[in-house]
Amino acid sequence: MAQNSRPLSPHLQIYKPQITSILSILHRFTGVTLTLAIPVFVFWIFAVSVGSQFYNESMICLSSWWAILFFIGWSFSFYFHFCNGIRHLFWDAGYGFELETISISGWTVVLSSMFLTVITWAYAFYVGVF
Amino acid sequence: MGVKFRTSLSRALGLGSAKEGAEHWWIQRATAVGLVFLGPWFVYFCLSLIGMPHRDVLEYLSNPITATFLILFVFSSFYHAKLGMEVVIEDYVHNEFVKYTSLILIKFMIFGVGILSLFLILKIAIH
Repeated sequence: MAQNSRPLSPHLQIYKPQITSILSILHRFTGVTLTLAIPVFVFWIFAVSVGSQFYNESMICLSSWWAILFFIGWSFSFYFHFCNGIRHLFWDAGYGFELETISISGWTVVLSSMFLTVITWAYAFYVGVF
Repeated sequence: MGVKFRTSLSRALGLGSAKEGAEHWWIQRATAVGLVFLGPWFVYFCLSLIGMPHRDVLEYLSNPITATFLILFVFSSFYHAKLGMEVVIEDYVHNEFVKYTSLILIKFMIFGVGILSLFLILKIAIH
């Protein structure tokens, strides 16, 4: 393949950030982030199968403050990808393509995923995640 | 319904679709619809595990409903992740060698880790 240093179209650096483009790339970003959580789930189910002592030690590790930070990030990624995914499914069915609707649904996704993350962790800390 | 999306040439030739080629797109949506229901269930599952002793976790996973939902969630979410990662790799990795290597690796990893999860869930459920 020929090396070509000319700028490629679209020239992303001159685009004004818009709710549509930001949410689009965030959807992919959170999808990749969530894939990275798969090994943690596999480790958890493995720890369950090993036995109570290993499970208890693993849970101490998985409820340390830095692990909790990761879980907060993953929960927001989940809620964002979940809400925006439903938005995508409506588009796939042919609904909600008007510019105003796209903007409203976009901001609804942002606000509801933040809200759901806060609610979830308020509950988690209330029952005693630490 | 479908006719109005076809071009005049396509209608004149009268050839139908090959009936395949859209599986990747379609399965991505099918797993997404499944995850609209299984995702919130998994959040509920995770939250109910907080502070649960190991003995109770074993009992929880032995419940046929819980085990079934967990297997359904693992299957749909891992497969959805595989399809999504493939699209991301195809779009952003331009080096042919790196692209095809990572496309094969993501398949190996998802199927490996997926089968391991299913095996462990069943082992725990039937212990």
